[in-house]
Amino acid sequence: MNYVNNATLIRRDLMIKLAKLIMAGNIENINRIPLEMFPKRSKSVRCCIHKDRAVIKYRLMALMGHRVEEETDELKTLSAYANDAMNRDEIENPILTVIDEACSACVQTSYFVTNACQGCMARPCMMNCKKNAIKMVNGQARIDPELCVNCGLCLKECPYHAIIYMPVPCEEACPVDAITKDEDGKEQIDYDKCTFCGKCMRECPFGAIMERSQLVDVLKLLLSEQKMIAMIAPAIVGQFSAELEKIVSALKTLGFDHVIEVALGADMTAEHEAAEFIERMENNEKFMTTSCCPAYTESVKKHFPELAKYVSDTPTPMHYTGQVAKEKYPDAKRVFIGPCVAKRNEAIEDDFVDYVLTIEELGSLFVAADIDVQKCEDAEIEHVPSREGRGFPASGGVTNALKHGVDGKVEIHDYLVDGLTKKSLRELKKMAKSGCDCNFVEVMACEGGCISGPDVLSNPKVANKMLAKLLERS
Amino acid sequence: MEKIKVVICTGTACFVMGGSELLTLDDHLPEMYADRVEIEGAGCLDYCKDLEKGKSPFVVVNGHVISEANIPKVIDYITRLFEKE
Repeated sequence: MNYVNNATLIRRDLMIKLAKLIMAGNIENINRIPLEMFPKRSKSVRCCIHKDRAVIKYRLMALMGHRVEEETDELKTLSAYANDAMNRDEIENPILTVIDEACSACVQTSYFVTNACQGCMARPCMMNCKKNAIKMVNGQARIDPELCVNCGLCLKECPYHAIIYMPVPCEEACPVDAITKDEDGKEQIDYDKCTFCGKCMRECPFGAIMERSQLVDVLKLLLSEQKMIAMIAPAIVGQFSAELEKIVSALKTLGFDHVIEVALGADMTAEHEAAEFIERMENNEKFMTTSCCPAYTESVKKHFPELAKYVSDTPTPMHYTGQVAKEKYPDAKRVFIGPCVAKRNEAIEDDFVDYVLTIEELGSLFVAADIDVQKCEDAEIEHVPSREGRGFPASGGVTNALKHGVDGKVEIHDYLVDGLTKKSLRELKKMAKSGCDCNFVEVMACEGGCISGPDVLSNPKVANKMLAKLLERS
Repeated sequence: MEKIKVVICTGTACFVMGGSELLTLDDHLPEMYADRVEIEGAGCLDYCKDLEKGKSPFVVVNGHVISEANIPKVIDYITRLFEKE
């Protein structure tokens, strides 16, 4: 689904409203937001404004980092939840939450005969159904869901294109079958399977899956005396229609004391990964895959342990950057800012990273603080990473950096897995079993790389153009 | 024939509300008049600070401000301008 849709825009609008209240010091007014969004006699999106208001309440709970599933008292107010959020120090797993009130409990049926069915004489759908699942009812074909095995043959046969495939979007998007229905048809996530790729969240047309944001935690610290470090993912380029120098400046205006490009960590990752690759190839290993995409490494851990020995042991750019930041500013809190859901999970397990903000959350903070990035002065970038490090966020960028690091010492036959899907995961599994023609595999869970991640603000096409511009001058 | 001038606000508030999409307007203009439309990006036009102007993102077509702009909305307006001619 295109990232510009109502679910996304409402989420951002709420982020801005929440941040504004915290900045103004009147968070207790949060109870009014659902009423302001859907005032008396306004037009409802769902069945009625009361349902709309309830969903807004749960969205705000998620935006304040709460797990909606854990609600025990429906009378507990948003301001009470805000109070809890303002007073916590710890970030907890899991990083996602499903708003069951928002989940539309989509019908499981996959193939469906629409009214376009002409009840034709040839009846190829019926004649070719191997399971005898199609009957004629009132002059139109009807599929018996008890008998249908979702082979899709009827859809291909219908000369009128009257049969459609109707997926459950979140389940369809999940590459590892981690999201399924409970007894009421509402979706739930199995965290023993979930790889935090964020695809379900992006694809749900009802916006029922949300991240548990750390916006409150970070904003609270930004407004305090605490020293804060922003570690900005290279994918931030192109997200604000402004040069990197201005983004750095905007971050400082927001309250960060120092800003470090994660591309510096990417340089370290590339260097280590190149050395590791040379060593592995000299030891006649079949191939090596990248390790920087956390949704991919989580997939390997939870679903394909046989692939684990092929995954590079090199830490991620975020980890290295966190390490550098800790050495330089030991008393500061370190906030990773990127386009990724899975990084939130990675950060919980990484002592070098305290918090994660998404680019979307950062954008909302800028708007709430009335900071226009373009209007900021150019800030000086203290440590400039290499062009290769800054090129990590677009698919192929990591391979490019590795080639640069290996510098012809061994031959590289590279292969790109651009986007994790059921299909590409099968492909990877096959590689683990019988090898491949390549010896280096870059894996990106998001098609196009991090620059098309689930939490970006910018159309990837537009962002890629700006990235190219930055690389040209790096 | 004068060109139609489209100004796309690329300020932060507009970008956060999906404004970057508008920068691909060029790819979506109908061929019949694509060469008669001039598109430019602008820094924050400050419309987001004026509640009466509506909500971000903003696009200005020949001086007319379109709020909550998206590509179909902008194309619709441009098409109507050409139809008037």
